Amino acid sequence: MQNSNNTPDIISTVEFNHTGELLATGDKGGRVVIFQREQESKNQVHRRGEYNVYSTFQSHEPEFDYLKSLEIEEKINKIRWLPQQNAAYFLLSTNDKTVKLWKVSERDKRPEGYNLKDEEGRLRDPATITTLRVPVLRPMDLMVEATPRRVFANAHTYHINSISVNSDYETYMSADDLRINLWNFEITNQSFNIVDIKPANMEELTEVITAAEFHPHHCNTFVYSSSKGTIRLCDMRASALCDRHTKFFEEPEDPSNRSFFSEIISSISDVKFSHSGRYIMTRDYLTVKVWDLNMENRPIETYQVHDYLRSKLCSLYENDCIFDKFECVWNGSDSVIMTGSYNNFFRMFDRNTKRDVTLEASRENSKPRAILKPRKVCVGGKRRKDEISVDSLDFSKKILHTAWHPSENIIAVAATNNLYIFQDKVN
Amino acid sequence: LAGGPGCNVCYGLVEDTQEKEGILPERAEEAKLKAKYPSLGQKPGGSDFLMKRLQKGVWGIISYPLSLDVLLCVDKIEGETSYFDSGDYNMAKAKMKNKQLPSAGPDKNLVTGDHIPTPQDLPQRKSSLVTSKLAGGQVE
Repeated sequence: MQNSNNTPDIISTVEFNHTGELLATGDKGGRVVIFQREQESKNQVHRRGEYNVYSTFQSHEPEFDYLKSLEIEEKINKIRWLPQQNAAYFLLSTNDKTVKLWKVSERDKRPEGYNLKDEEGRLRDPATITTLRVPVLRPMDLMVEATPRRVFANAHTYHINSISVNSDYETYMSADDLRINLWNFEITNQSFNIVDIKPANMEELTEVITAAEFHPHHCNTFVYSSSKGTIRLCDMRASALCDRHTKFFEEPEDPSNRSFFSEIISSISDVKFSHSGRYIMTRDYLTVKVWDLNMENRPIETYQVHDYLRSKLCSLYENDCIFDKFECVWNGSDSVIMTGSYNNFFRMFDRNTKRDVTLEASRENSKPRAILKPRKVCVGGKRRKDEISVDSLDFSKKILHTAWHPSENIIAVAATNNLYIFQDKVN
Repeated sequence: LAGGPGCNVCYGLVEDTQEKEGILPERAEEAKLKAKYPSLGQKPGGSDFLMKRLQKGVWGIISYPLSLDVLLCVDKIEGETSYFDSGDYNMAKAKMKNKQLPSAGPDKNLVTGDHIPTPQDLPQRKSSLVTSKLAGGQVE
């Protein structure tokens, strides 16, 4: 384990809200930092709004489970926004064990003119107050406050890997390695268990849940992925406990291709519905796959992220990199998908043109307003001037978390402890 | 080639599989790994491997010999940290702190077992206002 991966500043999740006005990041130290896009000024029409810090707060603290003698990390695993319903913003943030609902609200006025206290702030004897003074609201410097509104605790024996807000905006789910629970936002002291894959005898355990998400429009439908490379779609109308799936997505494997690494690299690290709700995208160690919900026996598209790592699997197993969990994202129109790789590279695939590009998020190569240059990894033989060879890749610089603005071509890329925001060049 | 979940793998029994070993990079990598770690099990995706994943942070085996002197043997799960109890946890944290801040004086947080603690001695909770680096406006 490299030391650079232990500092609390490492970003562990990135998420735009539904309008793209806000961007939230969570880190290993349990903090949440929210950026807000500045309003485009009328004078500078061509200058796109930039993101500035809006609010920062400590969401989770480290805890110690005395009963099991284990440490509960404060690292934020996921953040999910609720759609905006009033002036305040709401988001869910979770660590391994506890989900919290945070309210982020602005205060730009303050009541002044109370005559209930004296100059030193001590409450005056009511008998001495002879006039009725109504306080007046006066403007003050904008203050952004984050308050925890709900704490959903003690529902997960294993480590929470996903949370997903339902399209009914009343419920959400949290998934750990073996179970998925359904919560109502108003109720914190109980949740419904909707998936339980824990075997009666733990010796028979063959797979774990790796990610889960609600369908964007159908509030009864959700999917979850497994460490064996399969995806199950469940319908909550069918039964209270969705242990039996409605659809089962698995690509058949050529048995002659099987190796020691097959199952490990087939483990799905992320699953995301398309905005349309018609497709799901999954990320395993070497590829990104797009599946049509109507076809369970194989994906409709497969994209190679970094196939050159196939000849490095031995060392990637030894340094644990083979277990890295990369996420994947759709753009707003579901035409482009993006995922991260090593050496601070990230990849984008255009589903229509079938073109792909590799870009790098690093300080040395990007100045503000500079255009990113495509990168290329050379596999063997002659290396061209701009290419980088597989053996020179830095495996400690991994891009696991990325986010795409819901409607514009703005992306947020987390490279260890740095956040990069890239925007499409304005013509 | 049709492959279903019920198919078993045959290692080297069929000729064209052997041919494939020369082609498939994963097979070469697998051979490398097995050469380094001969005791590696056949099924990495099986029970042991998954159990390790589930038990992140859980303490390992403690064995008590028959004599009254209790000797504790805690098997460390490789890569994860396991603690015997909260005292062990506090000491480990204090050691980590000492490593990072060599200029710090005697560790005031190390109260477990040394003396009767007073409120002033108890380890302070991390301040909630520690600013993240991102909040310094380092958005690229």
